Amino acid sequence: MNLNRYASPSIFYPLAGRLVPVFAALAAALAAAGLYIGFFVAPTDFQQGEGYRIIFIHVPAAWMSMFIYLVMAFWSAIGLAWNTRLSFMMTRALAPTGALFTFLALWTGAFWGKPMWGAWWVWDARLTSELILLFLYMGYMALQAAIDDPRRADRAGALLNLVGVVNVPIIYFSVVWWNTLHQGASVSLTRAPSMAQTMLWGMLVMALAAWFYTLAVAFARVRTLILAREQRAQWVRQMEHEA
Amino acid sequence: MLSFVYTIVRREIVLATRRRGDWLTAQFFFVIVASLFPLGIGAEPETLRAIGPGVVWVAALLAALLSLDRLFADDHRDGALEQLMLAPYPHALLAFGKALAHWIVSGLPLIVIAPVLGLQFDLPPAALLALVASLALGTPVLSLLGSIGAALTLGLRGGGVLLALLILPFYVPVLIFGTGAIGGVLAGTGAEANLSLLGALLALTLLLAPWACAQALNVSLE
Repeated sequence: MNLNRYASPSIFYPLAGRLVPVFAALAAALAAAGLYIGFFVAPTDFQQGEGYRIIFIHVPAAWMSMFIYLVMAFWSAIGLAWNTRLSFMMTRALAPTGALFTFLALWTGAFWGKPMWGAWWVWDARLTSELILLFLYMGYMALQAAIDDPRRADRAGALLNLVGVVNVPIIYFSVVWWNTLHQGASVSLTRAPSMAQTMLWGMLVMALAAWFYTLAVAFARVRTLILAREQRAQWVRQMEHEA
Repeated sequence: MLSFVYTIVRREIVLATRRRGDWLTAQFFFVIVASLFPLGIGAEPETLRAIGPGVVWVAALLAALLSLDRLFADDHRDGALEQLMLAPYPHALLAFGKALAHWIVSGLPLIVIAPVLGLQFDLPPAALLALVASLALGTPVLSLLGSIGAALTLGLRGGGVLLALLILPFYVPVLIFGTGAIGGVLAGTGAEANLSLLGALLALTLLLAPWACAQALNVSLE
C-alpha cells in the first residue's frame, strides 16, 4: 500500500473522518484513566501535599506545547519541499491546539506556583521561554488570519515556522542564561525529586490522552479546512449531492 | 554582484536623504521613548543606572521596527520591487542589500545617539562603550531578522502591527545579550562573553536571513 496517496485531500478526508471518533474515544478513556491514577492512586507528596496533583495536567500540556511546534515545523518543511497542500493544512490545523496547550501550561503553572513559591509568576527560564512560545504561536495564527490567499498564507506561515524552529533553541538558551545572571537560586525547577512510580505513570497516561486529543481535534479541523478549500472540487460536490 | 548590492544601498540612502522627515521620525522616536522612562519610574541615579541599558535597548528594538514595515512596502507599491526581482542576481543579494541599507539608515544613527541617552541614565564611560559595541553588533541582526518579517507581511492589512507580533519574539536573544554586555561591565565581569554571543548571532543571521527573506519575497510576490 502506498501511504503517499493519503497526501491527497480527497482520500485523506474520509480516512480522517473515520479516525476522529476513534482518537476522541481513546483520548477520553486515557484522560479518565490518567485522572483516576492522578487523583486516587498516586500518593500525596510529602513536600507539596495535594497541590502537586496539577502536575498531571501541567506537564503533559507543556510537553505537547513544544512537541506540536516541532510537528508544525516538520509539516511546513514537507509542504515547502514537496508542495503538498495537505501538509500546510495540517500545520494550520495544529496551531490553535498548540497555542491552547501553551496557554494551559502557563495557566496551570501559575496555579501551581502560587501555593508552592508564593507567586503567580516568576521570571524563571522555563516560564519565560514558554511565554515566548505562546507569542510564536500567536504570530503564526495572526499571519494566517491576515492573508486571504490560501496559497500565500500556507507558504508564508511555513517559512515563519522554519525561521521559528531555528530560533527556538537560541531563544531558549538566551533566556536560561539571562535567568542565571539575574536571579538567585530561589526557585529551582530542575532539581527533580525522585518521583513515585505511580506519579510517573499518571503523567504518561495523561500525555497519551493529550496526544490523542490533539490528533482528534487536528484531524477534525483539517477536514473543515479541506472542505473550505476544495468546495469547488468534483468530489466535494458529489458528496454534497449524495448527502 | 557587489555592484548590485552597492546600487541598492546607494538608492536607499538617496531615497532616505530625499525624505528626511520619515527618516528623522524613527530617530526621534528612539530618543523620546528612552526619555519617557525616567519620568515614569523616577530619577534616582541608582534606579536609572539599573534600568538604563534595558530601556535604551528596548527603545532601539522599537525604533528598528518602526521603519521596517516600509522596507519593501514603498517599492512594492510603485512596482520597483518587481523590477528589482527581475534583475539577473540572486534574490538573497537583494534582501541583503535592503537589510544593509536599513541598517545604515536607521541602525547607525541609533549607535551615534545611544551614548547621549546613556548619559541621561548616568551610565559610566566603560558601560557607554559596551552600549555602543553591543548596538553595533546587535542592530544589524535587528535589520536582517526584520527584513524577513517585512517580506512576509508585504502588502497585508495591519502590516505594521503584525510585523511587530511576528518579529519581536525573535528579537529576545539580541535584547538579552545586548543588555547583558552592559550589565556585565556594570557588575565588573566584563562584556566579552555577551559581545561574543552577539557576534555569533550576527554571523548566523548574516548567513541565513537574506536567504529566508528572499524566499519570503518570492512567496509574497508570487
